[in-house]
Amino acid sequence: MNQKRILIVYRHPPYGESFAREALDVAMAGAAFDQSVALLFLGAGVTVLTANQQSEGIQEKSLEKQFAALPLYDVNELYVDADALRQYRLSNADLSLSVKALDTNAITQLLERSDIVLNF
Amino acid sequence: MTNFALMVLGPPISTQAPQSALNFTRAALNAGHQVLRVFFFHDGVHCGNQWLIPPAGQQSIAEQWAELAQQQKIDLVVCVASALKRGVLDAGEAKRYGKSAANLHPAFALSGLGQWIDACVNTDRVVTFGG
Amino acid sequence: MLHTINKAPHVHDCFDACLRVCGTNTAIVLIEDGVYAAIADSAAAQRLCAQNKAIFALQPDIDARGLTNRIDPRIQTIDYSGFVQLCCEHETIQSWY
Repeated sequence: MNQKRILIVYRHPPYGESFAREALDVAMAGAAFDQSVALLFLGAGVTVLTANQQSEGIQEKSLEKQFAALPLYDVNELYVDADALRQYRLSNADLSLSVKALDTNAITQLLERSDIVLNF
Repeated sequence: MTNFALMVLGPPISTQAPQSALNFTRAALNAGHQVLRVFFFHDGVHCGNQWLIPPAGQQSIAEQWAELAQQQKIDLVVCVASALKRGVLDAGEAKRYGKSAANLHPAFALSGLGQWIDACVNTDRVVTFGG
Repeated sequence: MLHTINKAPHVHDCFDACLRVCGTNTAIVLIEDGVYAAIADSAAAQRLCAQNKAIFALQPDIDARGLTNRIDPRIQTIDYSGFVQLCCEHETIQSWY
């Protein structure tokens, strides 16, 4: 199969809507089919990565646990919006995964070097 | 000639996404381009419901897509994972889950995200229509 | 790159989010409720046109909303075939919804 650079952009927080969970399925499908998959957590999407999600009380499976499977799929290019982290008062230590923080310019460059960009 | 892959994430009625995508598809085909596959994901799976009753004098979005797909040989795929959760089932899944009826329009097929990745890889342009 | 925006400014953050990260060699197509950003003399239209990018708005959505004669003249109105053409001209299309 041809390989394309697919960037999955998380724009929504987890649980309130299902975008984050369903976007994860797309990321894993891309990886399973040997595509070059990168994830960008942009704006409110950075909150998807907050550690210590105790979701049983809202009858949801933990998205944090599902995301933990990403390295198993060889999805290791994870980027996060540095400005949004500050906005949501999150530091790298508060996140459940190891990610690279990007400033606005770097985000633009990431978008532009991707073949396919899917906003969720 | 450009080959397109489209994703529809918005549901009918509540959003314009399905109609915008349909209008885009018609325009692309009229201009001599190809639309390989339309992949219905997230709430977009409701586009494949054959029981959509449209407002008087209109054609349901499922029927509109079905007609176009049949004329132009476009693959209409509804994401099975998104669909099951939202109660859009074909006959096979209805039987598997012991449901009394299926509601997927016969012009659509339930399949996995592999079909979306395949479309992304094998087309020139990917366009998504969110709700 | 081509960006599409389908929400009105202020209702959702799509408009701001797109403008923040879209690069210099990009075009923006306003569709559905996104066409409200094309209203002449509006703050949104000013912001868009100050960007030195190509800005387009989808005519059927403009007409549906009663905005036919209210669009900023710097914004090019297009039909769906124009939208398709723009997608052919840009390798990557990012939809903000």
